[in-house]
Amino acid sequence: MTVFPTDGVTLILAIPAASAALLGLLPGYRLSARLNVLACLLTFLAALSLFIEKPAPGPFILIDDLNIVFIVLNTFVGFTTSVFSASYIAHELETGRLTPLHLRFYHAMYQALLFSMNLALVANNIGLMWVAIEMATLTTVLMVGIYRTHEAIEAAWKYFILGSVGIALALFGTILVYMAARPAVGEGLDGMVWTVLMARVAAFDPALLNVAFVFLMLGYGTKVGLVPLHAWLPDAHAEGPTPISAVLSGLLLNVALYAVLRFKLLLAANPGAIAPGPLMATLGLVSLIFAGFMLYKRRDIKRMFAYSSIEHMGIIAFAFGMGGPLANFAGLLHMTMHSLTKSAIFFAVGHIAQVTGTQKIADIRGLTASHPELGWSLVIGVVAIGGMPPFGIFMSEFLVVSSTFAREPLLAIPLVGGLLIAFGALFFHLQRLAFGAPSARSVPAPTSRQASHLPMIAHFALVLMAGLYLPPPLVAWFQHVAGLLG
Amino acid sequence: MGRLEFDVAHLLAGGLVLMSFMLLYQDRLFALLNVFALQAVVLALSVSWQAYVQGAPHLYVTAAIALVFKAIVIPVALHRIIVRLGIHREVENVVGVGPTMLAGMGLVALSMVVMLRVTADAYPLAREDLAFALSVVLLGLLMMVTRNNAVSQIVGFMSLENGLILAATGAKGMPLVVEISVAFSVLIAFIVIGTLLFRIRERFDTVDADALDRFRGGQR
Repeated sequence: MTVFPTDGVTLILAIPAASAALLGLLPGYRLSARLNVLACLLTFLAALSLFIEKPAPGPFILIDDLNIVFIVLNTFVGFTTSVFSASYIAHELETGRLTPLHLRFYHAMYQALLFSMNLALVANNIGLMWVAIEMATLTTVLMVGIYRTHEAIEAAWKYFILGSVGIALALFGTILVYMAARPAVGEGLDGMVWTVLMARVAAFDPALLNVAFVFLMLGYGTKVGLVPLHAWLPDAHAEGPTPISAVLSGLLLNVALYAVLRFKLLLAANPGAIAPGPLMATLGLVSLIFAGFMLYKRRDIKRMFAYSSIEHMGIIAFAFGMGGPLANFAGLLHMTMHSLTKSAIFFAVGHIAQVTGTQKIADIRGLTASHPELGWSLVIGVVAIGGMPPFGIFMSEFLVVSSTFAREPLLAIPLVGGLLIAFGALFFHLQRLAFGAPSARSVPAPTSRQASHLPMIAHFALVLMAGLYLPPPLVAWFQHVAGLLG
Repeated sequence: MGRLEFDVAHLLAGGLVLMSFMLLYQDRLFALLNVFALQAVVLALSVSWQAYVQGAPHLYVTAAIALVFKAIVIPVALHRIIVRLGIHREVENVVGVGPTMLAGMGLVALSMVVMLRVTADAYPLAREDLAFALSVVLLGLLMMVTRNNAVSQIVGFMSLENGLILAATGAKGMPLVVEISVAFSVLIAFIVIGTLLFRIRERFDTVDADALDRFRGGQR
């Protein structure tokens, strides 16, 4: 058994790691922005190769049908965001918000973040996964604080403190899982390997596992942004560079959710342990309804979409908490659709904030008249994220609601209520942002013409396609994974 | 397992909890750092005792890391930062000392009740260690909640990490990967905090998190 298999897995870890080092050394932002895109593209291609050839699980690395979905989504959005980031940072440099030195650091951190997220996803070891998620937290803290304004520093500090507490609780939970496994599995490395734990979990001490899951749920749940542990999320999204908001919302929340799902599987396989589903479903429902109400009073456009991310993570956690093939299928689909749509929205919002020079909702008016491309992209994005047909989110939300109706009709009432509240809030803001007389403050930015809308269009096209027609192989794959999730 | 091994381990782990209580009521930053350094020394002793009892030499590395980084390097560095920022005034507690200590006792009682019950058939040494470790973790959290000052929040976070290391070493045979990573991540965390502090120093003349809150204004 080799420690690190040499193939796609090595590549999706080695390419970001090597590029992080390289981009940290290279001066000249044009070159490094291009190299950043290239590295992300190569990583994405390497991730696709995992479909063809799956390496055998080792003590540290595991590729199974569940995490392939996450890895491919992760590397794809990482790639499109790097394309967006190239045009975004060119503008930031012109306006002097960032210096070339900051950009070197930014690119290195971007690749380090992709590396740690990929590592968390392929880890077959609960300790290694914890280390990777901690690394991802630290890199994003540094990037959130990169503008060095009062608000950015405050957001980074808050994120750092809450993130570290979450991570610390998750480590305590990880230690407890090892303690529970030790009598059955024995001492040493085996006690932390997923595949070994999953095979023997039936013999573990259920009481210890229960306590461990509470810590893990709270710890990693902080990173997922579930209410009441969400306080860091809106600030971190609003104050950091927009590409980072896109990556945070689209990817990092999913990675933390993946960790929770793995531990949920572990608990579900032990006959004596509590059912983890209801805890997840409750937190998810609370997040959905809370975020729905909070959406109304937002004054900052990025903060608003950050609350929308809390709402959608709530829906996803609820779906996985309900369990069963249909709800799991809906949860997976919703997660994919949310990642694509939300990152595309942040691409649009990033350019909007640049051309209008503000993030305040009150100062942005009539975008469809002043900047038709961006304005209509925002309209499409909000229609999609609000769950209107014909986009993919409509389908996944419909599946979540219908599976809830079939099994727990009473729970469907707050679920539908939360969805409607959030939907109303988003359209309430959209109508003022996109329509009406343009605000006087909007100034056409010099680079707005060269700004690349390709990533945004690609994401919307995928979401639209998924809403109209899901290819049968994809459906079969998701059904298979949903079955694995129990 | 002999009586002596158990008693010494118990004594050292209990000492960590005691130090956490002492951290709770220190109202001067330098005194806070001294108590934290003392807690790190006790942690190093406790970890090396575990290494000796379990016959696990790799734990000595963890003990050495605790001693060098947490008892010496970090307190000295924080001391310098405090001097440079000129904030050697009193630490303001949001909640008074009395209620904080009572809350701390409640948390220790809670962790005893929870951990001793669920680990009824575990190895006795690990069992006691885990209960103490959870107490230290919860007391660290309490400290982070009750303090306004960024430096004391950092100290609270690091004492929380001390509890985690106690738990990790108490779990017999836990792979080395984790211990090193814990120590390593503390180091990284410290660098992050350091940069954050310097950035705060550039912009403000205080590291009081309340002052940071005021700058947010109407952005919410």
